[in-house]
Amino acid sequence: MRKLLMAAALAMGLCAGWAAEAQTVRWSASGDPNTMDPHSQNVGTVTMVLQQIYDTLIARNQDLGLAPGLATRWEQVEPTRWRFWLRDGVTFHEGQAFAAEDVVFSVTRAQQPTSNYAIYVDTIDRAVQVEPLVVDVITTVADPILPNKIASLMIMSRSWSEAHNATRPQNTRAREEMFTTRNANGTGAFRLQTREPDVRTVLVRNRDWWGWREPASREANIQEIIYRPISSDATRVAALLSGEVDFVLDPPLQDLNRLRAAPNIKVTEGPEVRTIFLAMDVYRDELLYSDVRGRNPFKDLRVRQALYQAIDIQAIHRTVMRGQSVVTGTFFPPQVNGYSQEEDVRLPYDQARARQLLAEAGYPNGFEVTLDCPNNRYINDEQICQAVAAMWTRVGVRTRLNAMPLAPFFAKIQRDDTSVYLLGWGVPTLDALYSFQSLLRSRDGGQGNGIWNYGRYSNARMDELIGIMVNQSGAPRDAAIREALRIYREDIPHIPLHHQMIPWAMRANFTIPHMANNQPYFRWARMN
Amino acid sequence: MAAVVKRFFDSDLWWSFKRSPVTVLSAVVALVCIFGAALAPWIAPHDPFDLASLNLIDAFKPPVWAEDGVAEYLLGTDDQGRDVLSAIMYGARVSLLVGLSATAFATLVGVSVGLIAGYVGGAVDGLLMRICDIQLTFPSILVALLVDGVVRAVVPREVHDQIAIFVVIFAIGISEWPKFARTVRGSTLVERNKEYVQAARVIGVPKLRIMATHVLPNVVGPVLVVATLNLGLAILSEATLSFLGVGVPPTQPSLGTLIRIGNDFLFSGEWWITIFPGVALVAMVLSVNLLGDWLRDALNPKLR
Repeated sequence: MRKLLMAAALAMGLCAGWAAEAQTVRWSASGDPNTMDPHSQNVGTVTMVLQQIYDTLIARNQDLGLAPGLATRWEQVEPTRWRFWLRDGVTFHEGQAFAAEDVVFSVTRAQQPTSNYAIYVDTIDRAVQVEPLVVDVITTVADPILPNKIASLMIMSRSWSEAHNATRPQNTRAREEMFTTRNANGTGAFRLQTREPDVRTVLVRNRDWWGWREPASREANIQEIIYRPISSDATRVAALLSGEVDFVLDPPLQDLNRLRAAPNIKVTEGPEVRTIFLAMDVYRDELLYSDVRGRNPFKDLRVRQALYQAIDIQAIHRTVMRGQSVVTGTFFPPQVNGYSQEEDVRLPYDQARARQLLAEAGYPNGFEVTLDCPNNRYINDEQICQAVAAMWTRVGVRTRLNAMPLAPFFAKIQRDDTSVYLLGWGVPTLDALYSFQSLLRSRDGGQGNGIWNYGRYSNARMDELIGIMVNQSGAPRDAAIREALRIYREDIPHIPLHHQMIPWAMRANFTIPHMANNQPYFRWARMN
Repeated sequence: MAAVVKRFFDSDLWWSFKRSPVTVLSAVVALVCIFGAALAPWIAPHDPFDLASLNLIDAFKPPVWAEDGVAEYLLGTDDQGRDVLSAIMYGARVSLLVGLSATAFATLVGVSVGLIAGYVGGAVDGLLMRICDIQLTFPSILVALLVDGVVRAVVPREVHDQIAIFVVIFAIGISEWPKFARTVRGSTLVERNKEYVQAARVIGVPKLRIMATHVLPNVVGPVLVVATLNLGLAILSEATLSFLGVGVPPTQPSLGTLIRIGNDFLFSGEWWITIFPGVALVAMVLSVNLLGDWLRDALNPKLR
């Protein structure tokens, strides 16, 4: 009897082993994360891999609402003091026990000058350990949306970071290389096994992850994730059609119809909380990449308006995006708290008006400028830029396109080494403040202020309104957001284009919830 | 001058040319390609580099004979509304320029090395020919990729875009020269022992002068054949490099670049964006190669 039982157990074990082999998901997208450091690049391409590895104190559920993560509960004990009760018995992938000191360390690390995550910890004065599993976060002002921000802050192990000389985030701007560029050690659902930049990233299931017991993850069965960037659209689609990959995060729009018709392939779609826009250098007295000498044309509202009105957004929507975009006149979509329909109005497309405005501003013959653009970050980013370059050239602003992969692109704009660039901005906190503060607040050294404002837009009233958004709640805050949106519409710090729609394509036997933040959560995925 | 022309039309070369319909046809195709490319700025229906003339409304128009085709765009338009025919003409220009320059460069290097090796002989010959042998063991496209990669790593991006075309010419040229060197060395070895060379040597003509004015004219026949055949290869190498995205910069698209860009639309049914540049490339290379084959046969006395 005992022998029989053992044989049965062995057979089951073998079956389980075989099944585990089958539950590998081979995943592809066009770009590769440019670092494995969790506080160095606040970029979706980086997060999409790191959020599988690192946990946050507060997690997101499938509707992007807040859910317990490494903290089981949290409470605003005083206006400027949030208390977090931490989960017991959690260990990092390399064996370190998770405790309050790791939270204190991670918060401090995200506040360092080389951090690109300061926007999430901007109101935090410091984090203090109360008990081994209780942490207080003390803010400088009463911050109503702190949990939303904390939900994006990945928690590292203090002892591991100290042992590997990684107590501050990697400086991507300076193209620094450190231990965390290629290594990761989190508490999350998957462990980083292999990291070959631009070639292959392999994650394996962390059997000890606390979350596997949660209802949403009970059906999840992914054992291994193999991520392979494939930058060529056609190759990526061919790989999916031929069964070489199981899941493509960014299938090219032109191939959606074919993918929908293909047997064994399914396409899920929905809007993304991400807006594509063009931002201009409105700070320098002379543009870096232009033939205008002695003055900066973008400082003139008329020039910004001319470039805005020169863009035939419907043509881009129809041809470049093949209908897969939501045209907008503002810079965050309706899912975000603070959105206002009345302020989401575009200036009309009018080439004659654009030429007239340029002439009025003193550029009857136009001028020359270089448009910086990523070519593997957003959906059809380079094609959008090509179309915009042609439209601008037609009204006289001769536009040279400089398209490059995301790693050099982000490094370039983060050094303010640009005159005009295309950017897509997602809102993980689902609150307007995140966008205003990162993109439009004057860069004054305050945590998170203007950290993605590479055109260095600065408007005193805007700063004041953002201050109100940080400090106050209820009606005054809503009014401030509304007024700031009007300034955005009238002062044209950016030229908004559209919100992205995000189709995901996968083999029919693979299931993963479609998320509006364009992040695949393999902890909820299933391979049949 | 008239006499020269008359002599040409009386020659064996012209006679064998007339007798071969395939050769006449390929000469016509090659001429069309060359004229289309060389005169692109004057005869192309649109200027694909003039951003102001592009209109997104016209994107993805199929060729004229298809259902939605318009006469304005004979071979259709690409994703930005660029005329495919004009893009091919301008692209062929870049391809031909690179092909011709690279072949000229390879000929110059190869012939010089071959002449010296063959005429001087001895240790110099050994050394030069071993270098040739070593390089012949690498596929030429790998050598070209290596050269391009090194330059890309050394030179900053902005500068690279400006010199990219010269880098490609150099990369392809440097990967093709051993063929010329071997051919010329073989012929030189035969010529150097002939009486006229010995006579020149006896009366004290300097070595360089013997090589340039006595030996060179007599080895030029085979070089012409190799050069013609190599032109097709050089155009193909350039297309391969550009297809891989390491060739000429995207602002000066060659045929290879056009094929790569069109490749993204193959699955979605817009086949004309990639097929027509491909057809143009095949027509160009095939016609040049057939001409080269004919030239080889026509210049070979044993086949007469």
